[in-house]
Formats: sequence, structure tokens, C-alpha cells
Amino acid sequence: MLAYTVRRILVSVPVLIVSTFVVFLVVINSGDPVANFATSRQPAPSKAAVAAFARHIHADQPAVERYWNWITGVLHGDFGPSVQTNLNIGHDLFTRFRVTVTLVAASIVIALIMAVIFGVFSAIRQYSVADYVITFLGFLFLAMPVFWFAVLLKQAGIWFNQQTGSQFLGTIGEKSPYLDVDTTWNEFTDHIGHLVLPTITLALVSFASWTRYTRASMLEVLNSDYIRLARAKGLRRGKVLVRHALRTALIPLTTVTALDIAIVLGGAVITETIFQWHGMGEMLVQSAQTVDVYRTMAWLLLSAVVVIGFNLVADLLYAVLDPRIRYD
Amino acid sequence: MTDSVLEVHDLNVEFPTEDGTVRAVRGVGYRLERGESLGIVGESGSGKSVTALAVMGLLPGTARVRGSVRFEGTELLGLSDARLSDLRGSGVAMIFQDPMTSLNPVYSVGYQISETLLRHNPGMRSRAARARAVELLGTVGIPSPERRVDNYPHELSGGMRQRVVIAIAMANDPDVIIADEPTTALDVTVQAQILEALETARAETGAALVLITHDLGVVAGHTDRVAVMYAGRIVETGSVEDIFYTPRMPYTLGLLGSLPRLDREEERLTPITGSPPSLLNLPPGCPFAPRCPLRRETCDRTEPPLRPAGHAAHLSACHFADELVGTGAGEVFDTAGADTEALARFADTAAQAPSTHAEEDPA
Amino acid sequence: MTDIEAPGSAGTGLPRADHEFTVRHRTQTQLVLRRFVRHRAAMVSLVVFVLIVLWAFIGPHLWHYSYQKYTADNSQAPSWKHPFGTNASGYDAYAQVMRGTQTSLEVAILIALGSTVVGAVWGAVAGFYRGVVDAVMMRIADLVLTLPLFAIALVISSRSGGAWYWIAVVIAGLTWAYVSRVVRSAVLSLREKEFVEAARALGASDAWIIFRHLLPNALGPIIVNATVLVATGILTETALSFVGFGVQPPDTSLGLLVSQAQTAVDTRPWLFYIPGFFIIAIALTINFIGDGLRDAFDPRQQRVRQ
Repeated sequence: MLAYTVRRILVSVPVLIVSTFVVFLVVINSGDPVANFATSRQPAPSKAAVAAFARHIHADQPAVERYWNWITGVLHGDFGPSVQTNLNIGHDLFTRFRVTVTLVAASIVIALIMAVIFGVFSAIRQYSVADYVITFLGFLFLAMPVFWFAVLLKQAGIWFNQQTGSQFLGTIGEKSPYLDVDTTWNEFTDHIGHLVLPTITLALVSFASWTRYTRASMLEVLNSDYIRLARAKGLRRGKVLVRHALRTALIPLTTVTALDIAIVLGGAVITETIFQWHGMGEMLVQSAQTVDVYRTMAWLLLSAVVVIGFNLVADLLYAVLDPRIRYD
Repeated sequence: MTDSVLEVHDLNVEFPTEDGTVRAVRGVGYRLERGESLGIVGESGSGKSVTALAVMGLLPGTARVRGSVRFEGTELLGLSDARLSDLRGSGVAMIFQDPMTSLNPVYSVGYQISETLLRHNPGMRSRAARARAVELLGTVGIPSPERRVDNYPHELSGGMRQRVVIAIAMANDPDVIIADEPTTALDVTVQAQILEALETARAETGAALVLITHDLGVVAGHTDRVAVMYAGRIVETGSVEDIFYTPRMPYTLGLLGSLPRLDREEERLTPITGSPPSLLNLPPGCPFAPRCPLRRETCDRTEPPLRPAGHAAHLSACHFADELVGTGAGEVFDTAGADTEALARFADTAAQAPSTHAEEDPA
Repeated sequence: MTDIEAPGSAGTGLPRADHEFTVRHRTQTQLVLRRFVRHRAAMVSLVVFVLIVLWAFIGPHLWHYSYQKYTADNSQAPSWKHPFGTNASGYDAYAQVMRGTQTSLEVAILIALGSTVVGAVWGAVAGFYRGVVDAVMMRIADLVLTLPLFAIALVISSRSGGAWYWIAVVIAGLTWAYVSRVVRSAVLSLREKEFVEAARALGASDAWIIFRHLLPNALGPIIVNATVLVATGILTETALSFVGFGVQPPDTSLGLLVSQAQTAVDTRPWLFYIPGFFIIAIALTINFIGDGLRDAFDPRQQRVRQ
């Protein structure tokens, strides 16, 4: 198992390098920060200033050399120069990651728990009214644009605060700019309050697709011969459901969750934009607007690490959960 | 009379589908004495497996079941699932057709045997269950059982897995074992060994056996009585001798005629032409009539009841059972015609070959 | 689907046999169509979807306001004159929603077509040749699959200037890999079938086999995937436009309309809800159509209803 883990990690490294190299090429060719610098400033900068700016952001280097300098720099903790003066990309990335990770983690956990509950219920009550309702809601949520739903939720949050006269549900930012009574407990509830609506928003889409997946997987297992044999052995329905059906049906869900992580990150960008969080979503939008190559790359590198990391963990989990997968 | 361990009476099973109601089992009845062995023979779709699942109470919720199933005098139909599961595995055990899919891939075989032991023996310790599992694996002929007990199903061959399933079935000394095509999915070479393991299981537990198969050859050596099923009904039943030597139903005769035999100088095999009818909207009359060489007008109008033919324990559902006394398959079924027709059909199938691919097209 | 007759039970040689046993011969296409028509949600969805498409593409020619023309009425609630109301600048929302639907549909359909064509050919070639070709092609597809679709599309299309076809090309460039995986696995099983062997024995070229035998027989999964891609496409485009990296004014899309209306949810709710409903309607009907097609192409999923 250990050897397998080490080997899988080693395989991930070249994947990460090739993937980031391709992305790097895409990013440096998708905008011209130098031209942006030369035209957008008033008064127009001198030729020398433009050249100095180009040098500052390494725009004068050939692509491969630029990539090499960047990736080796990253290993030393230097994420490269931003087009904004005085912006340390590494520091920026780290603070924003801390903001976003709570949102992403909370919504994945909630989406998974709800998906398993509703998916399993839907499967064991196949063709019942409840099953049709859950299936229809799944279709509806899959078709619902995240940004539209988020705006609605935000309105609902404002209405809720007005009705209850509280400030519990935060609709702007990841925390209140200042607190009346600055205790740890107040800070905590404030944080939770701001987390509620964005988490529901972000959980929604994955919840819908994972529910449908769980239902399909569960139905397939429930119709399998080994479930029939388990029943023929005299095991009670509940025990068969948990020990035999659930245990086997949920294994593939680990892979699906890992594959969907990139979609969740995309959803986080939209969610953060609407709730005006100062997280990674804002960072990506800002760096695309300002054509900030290294800031964009820092974002994409982190997301690549997360995606590859999740796939790695899913593979290892799969190997632990399913004895048919061999470690060698 | 008092010694019957399983009594099935007028069992009917229907499945509602989008296209109408499928009448999978129609008025099936049989009685199984303690320790006795009954073979149920028929083509696929004749209702054999559905009958077995109805006895176990394991049909899907959409199935409509009517009739009576009595186990040691207790009516099973309508019994709560909790009460039924007390009987499943301990009173009546079942062996399924495909050993490759019958065992849960994520648990060791030892665990899956222990599970049934612990279920029906409250107070049994898991260590004792494991020891008993090893013992059972040895009984059904698995070499070095103390090592195999920790294997996962995918580490065992099909034959070995079916032995494990037999071990599970005999674990709690059941009174009845229902084996649904236990050898069909296996290599011919392994089939005999599995039947032998099944015999061992019976000898150890003293259980009565219901052996479901489409293979008359399997029935001959392993059962006392035979019931032949066709289109959801029993069409002939009697002792093995009755069925093999004095069949009174053209379908049975046809089945026998299509069985290669070395003990007679029977010239050629006699295939039954056509295919079994759809159980959806079954037309009136004898369901075998369209394939029957003896068909007359009556056959299309009324379905013959199951009634004594020859003696009281030999029943047949044919209007003309008496005419079949002493006839062989070769005399009733047209061998030559069948041959040319089979060839013609083969040619037809070959011409249509591409269509099968279009159908198998994975979507 | 190739029009090949499904096998009924061919003549049984018995006089009355055909009336009892012969299944009416149906072509594969007829079977698929019949199963699809029976899927009620899919049929209703198909009708609604076609109506939306006709409305979006023909409607603007019949409507008396243009999506880019001011009217004298500002911030009006829906009325006979302006069925979807007007916005603060006096644009007729009905004309704008029609135009937005049109743009969003164009983008979504181009995404589905583009990535389906590229992905199908890519997957079929990889699956047909196997070996090194397959390994290299599939590693490339895997690489594309690890890229976060929304983030990359956002970065690239920030330079697109808002042209709808450019947005579609960017998104299709990231989604074709899904199709290629599906098609490859279908082709891997198809290439072992006898009719491919037969074609090869007859001296058919590789291209002929791929385009005349393998792809037509993998059409089921390809079509089902294409419908899913239309839904993915419309949701991605509208999200991009919402964040400001998709379609740019003066042109418009459903996402852009929602974005422009998000501050007006309370004051002019019609501007916010109506384009949102259209996005949901399109994605929902497309998903139901896809579901119906999946059932129709996959006869193994026989439904037993109570």
C-alpha cells in the first residue's frame, strides 16, 4: 500500500508539470499585459517605462524559459511578479485560499451527505411519489444556473434578517468588517452566519448530480444477485441495505466526487462573486481583468494541485474500500 | 402426508408491465416430502425461477402473488418480512445460478458464511462462526479451507464460488434447499463436481432439494421426482422413471428427444421447433399447441388441465396424453423436417447477423 | 442508427406460426423512436424546446421592437405593449430576452456540435488503432479533463471581445475530451464485432470502417452526450457572461441579462426572473430529452411501473 501510494504521488508530478505548462502557454497567449499597460495609463508611459514593465513581468523572455523560471521560483516560494505593484502573489494566494477552503469543504460535505440520504431513499422507494419528486428536483437543480439561484438566496437572506431583526445571515463578504463585541464566540457565529448562504449555493449543483449518481448506483446494486443471496441468507432488510448495498454502492461515489472537484471550484468563483467574498474567486476574476499572468497561474496551479490531489486520494480510498483493486 | 416439508398450492405470479400483465406463474403446485428431491425442468422463461423466488418471498415488490406456500404447515405468503427472514437461510436456503455475481465482492467468503451463521444462531461467537465456516468450506470440497476463508470472491474460480454458495446454503441445516440452475453458468467439467457438493450438502443436512434446471440430464441422476414446466405451468409431473420412460406430454417427449443419449441406438436428435410463447397476453388454448406436432382443433380452444395419466402420481396436461403411450420422440417429431428447417433458420440468422450488433450497441 | 431489420422469429415452418410468433419487423430506428415517444417527460420537453428555439430565432423578425433600440418607456412592468416589461434605459425586455435566448442557444449548440465532432473522431481513432496512438491521444484527453473548465474559459475568453462563436470555441475546446472518452469505450467493444471483421476482410479502408461502421453504431451514446453538452454549454456560457467574461454589450445573452438585473430583483423583478426561467427551461428540457434518448437507446433498461 505504501509503495503504491508513493508511486501514485510520483506519477502525479509529471502530470502536474505537463498540465501547468500547457496552461501557462494558454495564459500567456490569452492577453497582452504590456499593451494593456501602454494604453490604459494616463498619461501614456514612455517607451522606456513600457520596456521596463515588460522586463519586470518577464514578458520579454521566451515561453519555455519563462515557464522554467516560474516553476522553479514557485518551488522556492516565489510566485512571480504581479502587474500590480506591491502585491505579493504568494501571500495573496495563501490568505484567499484560507477564505475559500471553508466554503468549498463545507459545501462538499453537505452536498455529499444530502446526496447519499436522498439518493438512497430515492432508490429504495423506486417509482414512488417521493422518488419522482427527488428525481424532478435533481433535474431542476441541475438546470438551475448557480448565479441566478445565488441572487435569489441572497434576497431570501436579506428578507430573513429583516423579518427576525437579526444580522445572522451574512450576504456580503466572508465576515463582518467589524464586530460590536469582539469575542471569539461572536467571531465564530459571525463566520458561520456568512457561510450559510454561499455554502447552500455551492452545494446545490453537486448535490443534484451526486444524488442522481447515488440513486443509479444504489439501484444497480439492489438488483444484483448478491443482494438477493444476502436476503436469502435471512438477513433483515435494514442490515442488507447498510452492510451489503450501501457499502458497495458508495465506493464509486469517491471517484465521482474527485472528478467533480474542478466543477465545484468553478462554482466557488461565481458564488464568491455574488456574495462579494475576498477569496480565490475574486482573485481569478481580478487577475483575468488585469491580465495578470502570474497571479492567474498561481490560481490555476493551486487548483491543479487540488484536482490532482483529490484524484489521488480517491484512487487510494478506492483501493482501500474495494478489495478487487490491487495495490501493485 | 404430515411429513411434507414444503407444499405449494395453486401459485400464481403476475408482473404488471407497461405493455400489460405478464403471467409468469400460473397455478403451480407441488409437495415436497422430508428429505425428498424434486427436479423442476423447463426452458428459460417457463417460470421455474419465479416459482422459487415466490417461495422464498424474494420477488420484487411489483409482483402480484396468489395461492399458497406452506413450509412445515406454516403459510408463508402474507407473512411479514421479519418472520420470513427468520426462515430464510435456516428453514429454506437457496442457491442461485451465477456464482460470479452471487457473492458480495467487498467481503471475504468467510465473512459471508459467518454472517448467515451469526444471523440464525444468536449467542454464537464470531470466532466460533469462523471455525464453522472453515469446516463448511472443507465439507463442500474447497482445498485448504483455513487459507481460503479469508479470500475475496474475485480470488476464487466460478466453481469454487459456487461451492461457497452451497456452504452458505447448508450452514444452518435447512430443511429445504432450492438450487436454481446451480450448474448452468459453469464449465461442463465443473458441473459434476458441483452436483456432488450439492449431494454432500444434502447428506449432511438431510434437507429436501428442489433442483431447478433446463437440463434433463442433471435431473436424472439427482432427483426422485420431476416436474416439467412450460409457459408458467407444470405440464407433466411424476417419478423420474415415469418422465423418462413413459412421458405423456408431447413437450416432455420433445425435451427427451433433444437430449443426446448413449444408452439407446436412437438415430437422431429431435429438436422442438419454434420458441416458447410470450407470457404477455397468452392466447387461449394449450400454450404448447403452436409447436406441437399432435395439435388438433381442441388444443387451440381449451387449455388441458393437469390430470392423472397412467397412475395417480403421474400427471400430464395434454388432451391426448393417452395416445402417447409407448411412443418415442422420433415418431412424434419430424426429425428430417426439423433438420432442414433448422438449417433454413441458421441461414436466416446468418443473413441477419448485423442486426444483432445494432441491438447490442452500448448506449 | 443504421436501418437494419431487427430479427423477429423467422418462419417456424408451422402453418399458423406467423400469426402467433412472428414479431412485427421493426427497424432499429423505429424501435428507438417508439421508446422515445413513450417517455412522456422527454416528449413534452422536446415540444417545449422546439417552441423556445422557434420563438428565439423567428420571433425577433415579427416583433416590433429591436433588442438594441431605446423605447420611450423606462422601467415598465410587463404589459401588452411590453410583455416582459422594460429596463431602466427603456429597452424592451421581450426583444432582449429573445435576442439573449438566441445568442445563448447559438453558443450552446455550437459547443455541443464542435465538441461532439472533435471528441467523436478523436475517441473513435484512439479506440480503433489502440496501442501507442490510443495511449498518446487518451493522455491528451485526460490532460484536458483535469483543467478546470470554468476558470480556463474565464481566462481565455477575457480576450474574446465577447463574440459568441469565440466563447463557444473556447468552451468546446475544453469539453470535447468527455465525448472522446465515451466514444472510445464504445468503439473498443464495437471493433471486436464480426461486422467490423467482415468489413476488414472485404478490404475496407480504416477511414471507411471508422466513419461507416464504428461511428454510426456508436451514435446512441454520442447523441445522448451531445444533449448533455448543450445543457453544460448554456450553463457555462451564461455563467461566464454573468461574471462579465462572456457575451459583451451591446449584444446580449441570458446570463448577461440576469447579471444586469441582479440589483433590480426587488424593484424590477421581471428583468431578473424571466431570463433566469429561460435558462432553466432550456437546460431542463434538454436534460429530459437526453434522459429519454438514453432510455430509448438502451433497451436493457426496461421499466416496470406499478
